[in-house]
Amino acid sequence: MPRIWRFSVNAALPFRDLSPAAPRVRVTLDGAPLDLPVGANLAAALLAAGVGSFRATPVSGAPRGPFCMMGACFDCLIEVGGVTRQACMMQVSAGLVLTRPKGRVTE
Amino acid sequence: MTTVDLIVIGAGPAGMAAATEAAGLGLSVTVLDEQTAAGGQIYRAVTGAGAQRGAVLGQDYLDGAGLALAMQASGAQHLTGAVVWNIEADAEGITVTWSQDGHAAQLRAARLILATGALERPVPIPGWTLPGVMTAGAGQILLKASGLVAERAVLAGSGPLLYLLAAQMARAGTPPLALVETQGLRDTIRALPHLARGLRGWRTLIKGLGLLAELRRAGVRRITGARDLAVEGQDRATALRFAAGGRTQRIACDTVLLHQGVVPNTQASRALRLDHDWLAAQQCFAPRLDAWGETSQPGIFVAGDGAGIAGALAAAEAGRLAACQVAHQLGRTDATARDARARAPAARLGAERALRPFLDAAYPPAAQVLAPADDTIICRCEEVTAGQVRGWAKLGCTGPNQTKAFGRVGMGPCQGRYCGLSVTALLAEAQGMDPAEVGAYRIRAPLKPVTLGEVAALDAAEAAE
Repeated sequence: MPRIWRFSVNAALPFRDLSPAAPRVRVTLDGAPLDLPVGANLAAALLAAGVGSFRATPVSGAPRGPFCMMGACFDCLIEVGGVTRQACMMQVSAGLVLTRPKGRVTE
Repeated sequence: MTTVDLIVIGAGPAGMAAATEAAGLGLSVTVLDEQTAAGGQIYRAVTGAGAQRGAVLGQDYLDGAGLALAMQASGAQHLTGAVVWNIEADAEGITVTWSQDGHAAQLRAARLILATGALERPVPIPGWTLPGVMTAGAGQILLKASGLVAERAVLAGSGPLLYLLAAQMARAGTPPLALVETQGLRDTIRALPHLARGLRGWRTLIKGLGLLAELRRAGVRRITGARDLAVEGQDRATALRFAAGGRTQRIACDTVLLHQGVVPNTQASRALRLDHDWLAAQQCFAPRLDAWGETSQPGIFVAGDGAGIAGALAAAEAGRLAACQVAHQLGRTDATARDARARAPAARLGAERALRPFLDAAYPPAAQVLAPADDTIICRCEEVTAGQVRGWAKLGCTGPNQTKAFGRVGMGPCQGRYCGLSVTALLAEAQGMDPAEVGAYRIRAPLKPVTLGEVAALDAAEAAE
């Protein structure tokens, strides 16, 4: 089975990774498989994999991604196993079920 | 509940130095920090940086490992991944509540040192909420903690951090596409009178000039005096637009790293209702302290950038001073021994602070971010614009806390961390008042989100005691 580690393959990735290759583990993002370096900062690992938007806002539905990378801005919120967490304050581990919050729910 | 002599919140330079000094003076010390390793943001992941990352980040960064190793050897207890969400002070001491791995815990202490550092100043410009726009600090954290460098990035704003980050990116083989600076020649001229008294900080000055030379050698394009910054893009950042040299310019990019200096993180000191002052030179609030760093609440100290921006080296010295006074107050050292021990840190702190007025004047926040245009979002969480806040001021909204009732500004998950100063500035402008009179948001516990399950489990643990 081919290793899937880029979430989208449409363009050059916005970040270059200087660190030595780490063993990758399988997680899912919105149901699609994704292989991320084990123990890496989750927000950084998603950015490196080409995931820019982590959620849509509850107010306007606008896309958001990491902004401060230090746990202060809460823009990198993502659902991990059904619980909304700050991706920049978490580490990658095998089997994470990640869901990007959909934002505004239209009635 | 367990009791210690001293709790230190934050394991950056101030917290690490304070804990080391206090433990060395015989105090029982617990350090609570949110990150997975000691270092704070300035020395983030410093003990784990390899040779390659170290070469990119530079010696000033690597020097932070000394503080981390000293704290490790000091006997101070360091709890990682500990997110503090409540601090209560009473006549006998201080109770701190935090969560770690989904479990809440509490500890009491006779004294508390807040070493919660700085946050990036809010940079409300059009498009700053788009994916692909981050703070310069975030760009540097990605480099320190994860070894990631943005490939097609523009650095924009004002402050020496931009030079350091650009140089680090160049050393990594990926210089930024451009450095778009909002300060200009007029600011440099305005800063010159501060230079004579700042010469005690000549080492920092030489380093800054060295960084600029490094950027020239690397061929990094620098534009100064830029105005009207805006990030373009629909679902993510695609370009930075700005006015400079009398015309509008546009640089296509994937990442925009914004910076307008850093400001004290006052969430904890505000939640404790400590007295704060408006620092006009730094356009921010900071808790009021005595020479040792003790606040208006006896027994609670603040050390480091959380007390006003002075940098990492100054932060460590301030941490040492606070620890000396805590040890004295708890009867571990007499006044003579305390003063002898404090002499060297106090002298170094003075030298570190000497250059600050020059830097504050040379790299002021841009007018555009202090008084954003009406249609610019200032509250990222609730997506409130500057124009809405101005409108509420016209309707008679008197202070930052009332703006919450008008339109939920400051009530999202960041709890005002990235809009508080903007709201204060907008109300001050609309009412012709000083920011000191306008004041700031009232901050309440929990300081970070906590689940009801964690709170309930804490009660159960207390009942079992």
